[in-house]
Amino acid sequence: MSLESVESPAAPAALTMNHRSLTRAKAARRRRLTVYAARVLVLVVVLAAWELMARNGVIDPFYFSMPSKVWDQIVQWTLHGTSQGSLGEQIWYTLYEALLGWVFGVAGGVVLGIGLGRVRFLADVFSPYIKVLNALPRIALVPIFLIIFGLGPASKVASAVVLVFFPVFFNAFQGAREVDRNLVANARILGASNRRVTLQVVIPSATSWIFTSLHVSFGFALIGAIVGEYLGASKGIGLLVSISQGTFNTAGVYAAMVILAVVALLAEGLLTFAEKRLFRWKPGGSGAGSWAGD
Amino acid sequence: MISGTPPGHAPAIELRGASKVFRTPSGASHTAVRDLDLTVEQGEFVAVVGPTGCGKSTTLTLVSGLEEPTDGEVLVGGEQVTGIRPEVGFVFQQDAVFPWRTVLSNVMAGPRFRGVPRAEARERARDWLGRVGLASFADRYPHQLSGGQRKRVALAQTFVCDPAILLMDEPFSALDVQTRALMSDELLELWGGSHGGRAASVVFVTHDLEEAIALADKVVVMTAGPATVKQVFPVRLPRPRKVEAVRLEAEFVEIYREIWSSLGEEVRITRERGASRVA
Repeated sequence: MSLESVESPAAPAALTMNHRSLTRAKAARRRRLTVYAARVLVLVVVLAAWELMARNGVIDPFYFSMPSKVWDQIVQWTLHGTSQGSLGEQIWYTLYEALLGWVFGVAGGVVLGIGLGRVRFLADVFSPYIKVLNALPRIALVPIFLIIFGLGPASKVASAVVLVFFPVFFNAFQGAREVDRNLVANARILGASNRRVTLQVVIPSATSWIFTSLHVSFGFALIGAIVGEYLGASKGIGLLVSISQGTFNTAGVYAAMVILAVVALLAEGLLTFAEKRLFRWKPGGSGAGSWAGD
Repeated sequence: MISGTPPGHAPAIELRGASKVFRTPSGASHTAVRDLDLTVEQGEFVAVVGPTGCGKSTTLTLVSGLEEPTDGEVLVGGEQVTGIRPEVGFVFQQDAVFPWRTVLSNVMAGPRFRGVPRAEARERARDWLGRVGLASFADRYPHQLSGGQRKRVALAQTFVCDPAILLMDEPFSALDVQTRALMSDELLELWGGSHGGRAASVVFVTHDLEEAIALADKVVVMTAGPATVKQVFPVRLPRPRKVEAVRLEAEFVEIYREIWSSLGEEVRITRERGASRVA
């Protein structure tokens, strides 16, 4: 019931739409189509230029490959499987490692970020250490994780966790610090305990901060998983990159990158969808938002 | 009248020599309230006026228990204030409704925080939403409402907890003039019907002297900061009052003139200080 009544303010607007606003809507639609067409055009031009230059020897196809070969490689992997098994299995493997690492990293980052953001003493004690850890080049930890956790998924999950944790942590921390003092005071006056203030005021108002970092951090999780696989694994997209590189198959490297990009974009899409659902209360947020009153 | 008085007969709010010193980020100390004596009787509506930035709001945070006095005593119902008390309601100057909760859920927040079962909390919230005229907005989010509507949500949110003591910090200052007059009338109506018919004791901070006189039984004039009570004026206009009508009465104008002669001086002092700071 709440869903419908939130959407309803848009309805009267549609009814009162007169001729002028119809033309305006048409113009907006035309503009959108033009943008889409231009986008496709850019892609076609870039791919065609790449293909042509590689075929005519302007760039060396040995290093730069060409779109048709990359496409052939993807088709071949899809139809006949890779040297490590089916393509779907490789994607799933990488995705599984990245997701697991992402979930652990996000959970740790959010809990510690909110915790330190709420408890001043903890923040004062731990802040120098966190700064030091953040300054470390964490990607260099991946070889150590391989030694500790072996070639299985655990080492990739660990790599993803260390990459994901920090951006999420810092955003959650900042979010917990920047909570509107009026809201906290109001909640306390209304009878909220400290725990309630954290759960029902601090966390909701920090979610927009946290979500910003979630977008970036899923990319980091993928990087962690891929780098881990690249350095040593029995399955996964990173391994495909490594094998292709070992056989001087540049088309394979590019094909693996294309597949990864698609996976990352799908994940991003899912996240945006979840965000829209979660932030219906936000002014101007796409979806439900329409200003009423006044 | 020291601490021996039984709570039933004690004044609703009593400040005795209360002072509040804040430490500024630069390390200097800033005295917001100095040696403040103020008594609010049960069911009394007290308006506090003073120049901007003089420390009126600090007085409220002391009574609410959000801050503790550096010196002196703050008593509510004859008891020393040591923390936030359940019988105190607070309406803030800025929007303090939770933007991620619907209107209904916002009004339910207080009872829910106090452990009232969900169904009962919802019922009470719906009742108060009806009284502030927002029954049909229950499922909206605050950003979908106008400023006046959001203020009504804040009022319902506060009144649903049935406060015996109501602290209001320039609650209508962000509203336009017409809405403000309307809200003042509504406030008087809600106040009359609040707390099971026994009116709550109110401290209403404002910089608008007209609003203060129209609403209150007693107008307290504060000095330029650090705030302390300069003078107290009783307002004997008959109730029930309509804010727009009461403004035109001869008695109102007379009281206004009287209080302004006291308040204007403090405003002038504040302004001169500001000017000398700029110079």
